[in-house]
Amino acid sequence: MSELKLMKGNEALAEAAIRCGADAYFGYPITPQTEVIEYLMTEQPEKRTGMVVLQAESELAAINMVYGAASTGKRVMTSSSSPGISLKLEGISYLAGAELPAVIVNVVRGGPGLGTIQPSQADYFQSVKGGGHGDYKLYVLAPSSVQEMSDFVEDAFDIAFKYRAPVLILSDGLIGQMMEKVNLKDQKERMSNEELIEKYGSWATTGKKGRERNIITSLDLQSEKMEARVHRLMKKYEQMEKEDLRYEEILCDDAEYLIVAYGSSARISQKAVELARKKGIKVGLLRPITLFPFPKKQLFQLADQVKGILSVELNMGQMVEDVKLSVEFKVPVEHFGRTGGIIHTPEEILEALEQKIIK
Amino acid sequence: MDVLDIIKPENQVFCKTKLMTDTPLSYCPGCGHGTAHNLTMEVIDEMGIAEDTIGVAPVGCSVLAYDFMNIDMTQAAHGRAPAVATAISRCWPEKYVFTYQGDGDLAAIGTAETIHACNRGENIVIIFVNNGIYGMTGGQMAPTTLEGMKSSTSPYGREIATMGSPLKITELIANLPGVYYVTRQAVHTHKHARKAKKAIRKAFENIKLKKGISFVEIVSNCNSGWKMTPNDANIWMEENMFPYFQLGDIKVNGKLK
Repeated sequence: MSELKLMKGNEALAEAAIRCGADAYFGYPITPQTEVIEYLMTEQPEKRTGMVVLQAESELAAINMVYGAASTGKRVMTSSSSPGISLKLEGISYLAGAELPAVIVNVVRGGPGLGTIQPSQADYFQSVKGGGHGDYKLYVLAPSSVQEMSDFVEDAFDIAFKYRAPVLILSDGLIGQMMEKVNLKDQKERMSNEELIEKYGSWATTGKKGRERNIITSLDLQSEKMEARVHRLMKKYEQMEKEDLRYEEILCDDAEYLIVAYGSSARISQKAVELARKKGIKVGLLRPITLFPFPKKQLFQLADQVKGILSVELNMGQMVEDVKLSVEFKVPVEHFGRTGGIIHTPEEILEALEQKIIK
Repeated sequence: MDVLDIIKPENQVFCKTKLMTDTPLSYCPGCGHGTAHNLTMEVIDEMGIAEDTIGVAPVGCSVLAYDFMNIDMTQAAHGRAPAVATAISRCWPEKYVFTYQGDGDLAAIGTAETIHACNRGENIVIIFVNNGIYGMTGGQMAPTTLEGMKSSTSPYGREIATMGSPLKITELIANLPGVYYVTRQAVHTHKHARKAKKAIRKAFENIKLKKGISFVEIVSNCNSGWKMTPNDANIWMEENMFPYFQLGDIKVNGKLK
């Protein structure tokens, strides 16, 4: 039995964290995601489920609190927006290196620098190409609705614990701030400490009762050991590509042209596809739901069918590079995007498709 | 009598705590870290809390503390140990959580994490080893480097006008309401080590009583970084470090001394 509610994306995400049995949230306010911590502080999940919520003194402290909780096997989440995520990258790299499960949410705003508080997708590179230092990747989920803001929280925890790796939910100011109806799942019980120790006692630092001690570190002073650690990470990423790739195809079966877009851009592009179809242009939409892993094979195959591809993004051309790599020059690939917090209209997207691809 | 006649279990009067591993210490001969490690582990052993203790190792000379301390440990990013310990303690309030940090980690890059964990009164122990220099990276100036003291980044001596004064972070912390116990100790002689151990014991007992932050500073040497023999370093420490970083309790049972 679920519950239907009208909620902001940020609030739906926060409520989903409580309901999926998260153990802790550590965060720091920044627009446009502050509702996450505000909602959690108001809801007092400590009373509802025993979930710990704490406002840290900085994004740095928050992500390192996440690191601490994650090192003990707890289901822990943080959220921030672009400049805050830049600060968190230190900790995210440590989480990846130390192989710790955690969920990080980026409700993206325009940049670089302090940028703007309006929606943007300009953190694509930062999210899928590493961001922090060292050889690592993040599993990246890109919600395009308030429903997905809610659903992806539990999915993200599942992936994080499946691989013992940090997972990023890459949203933006539009999805975070807009209100939609959302089906909230039933409350799940938090895992008991006994169950946690039973499940994660082989690695988590919960106190060495009845076993040899555990150590959480990302340090390997011997190069051979460090290389082996990185190889271990790479194996996880290969497995993610095989087992946990997610994408959605909309009207691709008979498509002669293709739009590739994720998150809020995908929502707007879906309308552009409708407009095109009304004009008799057969356009399909491929929406990557995971940005890493990226639907490379699907794009490679679609490139045999379509005459051209438009990558629609709220940035100056980031995902388009992955689209080009995927189709290996089989068909023309162009980019269309607005930036600085400006959101493209469906009409603009259709016009760009006609000018850049159909010609 | 042959020496091997003496080395027998029945003649043993002192042994290494089993909470120190057999891994050879990576510290320079004469360094105080080994003693500080040992005292901490002895206290945890004697209190019988090893199975419920989680340590947080810093970045710096004691980055590998987890190689030597035979308990569950998490290695934190530079300066972030108090944030890491905060979350562990919040998620596992019945556990004994401590950080072990040096002066660069705790008093420079991690100042914010230190001050705020202390201000929130997290129920943890912070062991702060202050040797007035960055040992790990080869002897650069630390926030606690004394005036006029030479290091590789203050080769003509620390100049107050351009580099600021050596930071008494322990006194700063003692003034925060969330802080219950603050003391400054040393470990270079048996007498000092015994007192330091008592202080560490008191700190861990405060966790059991849920009293908030207990902060134990250990003023220590760095003979390699100071470019001295171990003995000279200890003498120099007594003559120069102790007058500025005065030993003794600073705050006991939540009250400033």
